[in-house]
Amino acid sequence: MEKDILKDMEKMVVIGGSAGSLKVILHILSKLKTWLEIPVVIVLHRKNDFQSNLAELLASKTGMKVKEAEDKEPIKTGIIYLAPADYHLLVEKDHTFSLDDSEKINYSRPSIDVTFQTAADAYGAGLTGLLLSGANADGVEGLKEIKACKGTVAVQDPETAQVPYMPQQAIDRMQVDQILKIEQMAPLINGLG
Amino acid sequence: MDSTVGEDEIKLLLTDLLEIYGYDFTDYAKASLKRRINRLYTLDRFPSFAEFRYRVRTDSAYLQRFIEQITVNVTEMFRDPGFYKALREQIVPVLATYPFIRIWHAGCSTGEEIFSMAILLKEANLLHKSLLYATDINPQVLQKAATGIFPLTHMKQYSENYIGSGGKEDFSKYYTANYNMVKFNEDLSKRMVFSTHNLVSESSFNQFQLIMCRNVLIYFERDLQSRVFALFDESLEKLGFLALGSKETLKLSDIASRYKQEGKEKIWRKIS
Repeated sequence: MEKDILKDMEKMVVIGGSAGSLKVILHILSKLKTWLEIPVVIVLHRKNDFQSNLAELLASKTGMKVKEAEDKEPIKTGIIYLAPADYHLLVEKDHTFSLDDSEKINYSRPSIDVTFQTAADAYGAGLTGLLLSGANADGVEGLKEIKACKGTVAVQDPETAQVPYMPQQAIDRMQVDQILKIEQMAPLINGLG
Repeated sequence: MDSTVGEDEIKLLLTDLLEIYGYDFTDYAKASLKRRINRLYTLDRFPSFAEFRYRVRTDSAYLQRFIEQITVNVTEMFRDPGFYKALREQIVPVLATYPFIRIWHAGCSTGEEIFSMAILLKEANLLHKSLLYATDINPQVLQKAATGIFPLTHMKQYSENYIGSGGKEDFSKYYTANYNMVKFNEDLSKRMVFSTHNLVSESSFNQFQLIMCRNVLIYFERDLQSRVFALFDESLEKLGFLALGSKETLKLSDIASRYKQEGKEKIWRKIS
């Protein structure tokens, strides 16, 4: 019975990264199966002027559709969504996105925490959060919320991270479910859907 | 988030706001609203939701703070310079053909955009025959906007934005610095009218050739967005322009078929 509930539960993967994470994301995307049946949301700290190229760059690595998340857009499986520059990306309970241009959080907009926290609220146990390399503590509060909502929490092994601070913060401040080497990340996601 | 204020409690608050004060936040996008309310709850260190609710219900001064804090008032001058460049080069020359120009800044917040617009109009020698209506739900931010006083620390960024928008003047000629604040010249604010207006519940109050409403609609749910688009449609003259934020679109709205996007910036023209 419980297994059936899990099977029917809607799933999502959210990936957050800052300094040193782009390479990791590109590697993950190149190893994802193209028929992945869950949505993947990527929140990457970046400069405002860099934006359109990033979606193209990510798309060049995968057969999955990659697009920037739009305000009020219904979230669909099999699509990789990218948080737009200079907005926070929020996940609504009806599984749509909304954007928010409120204050920066952890010096960041988009903030990984905001997307992780709202996605945890919307997807509960169906959510997997993955926090990558970075020089900032953004994402840790979000991972805690994912955990509190019974989702799965994974971080990049700090030893493999170009900038270990961000995943290390998560390990120091909470109980993470998985500490992953770069090549273990895509198999985790592929196994979800 | 350590959700101290949950969904059911937010519903109670929103009902209070509507019943007691007439502020209707029920069709605001929920995830953002929940974050804002929890942020304020934590910031003001309420020991319990009951006390928070009581304060909102009974203290009208606190209500003003509540409105100011749960609405987002992040803005800057010449935000998205490419957008202002398009305004300057494509839209202002069209406005110039009118004997009298009326512009509505809906959700103007602390006024940075309306002063940007005034500078564009002044540089096109049109400000004297323009009237800029600036409205917001929130009387506090309007008061700030009307002073034309902004922090000096922002001027470097604003000056860069201004240059990015095609500005050729020395930006600092538009203000006088005093300690850590600057005051924009009064000839810019002379043609501005400030008034509270709630897009959710109030109707059209004039006809305009340009309506600016940037990064306001993202806070609304889709149905409310549609209602506001209808309000803008009613308030725009034929061939008038509607300008939205960089991630907002008219595309999926009921009025889309009668509007045509001007270039790649988020500016639409009412064609029928």
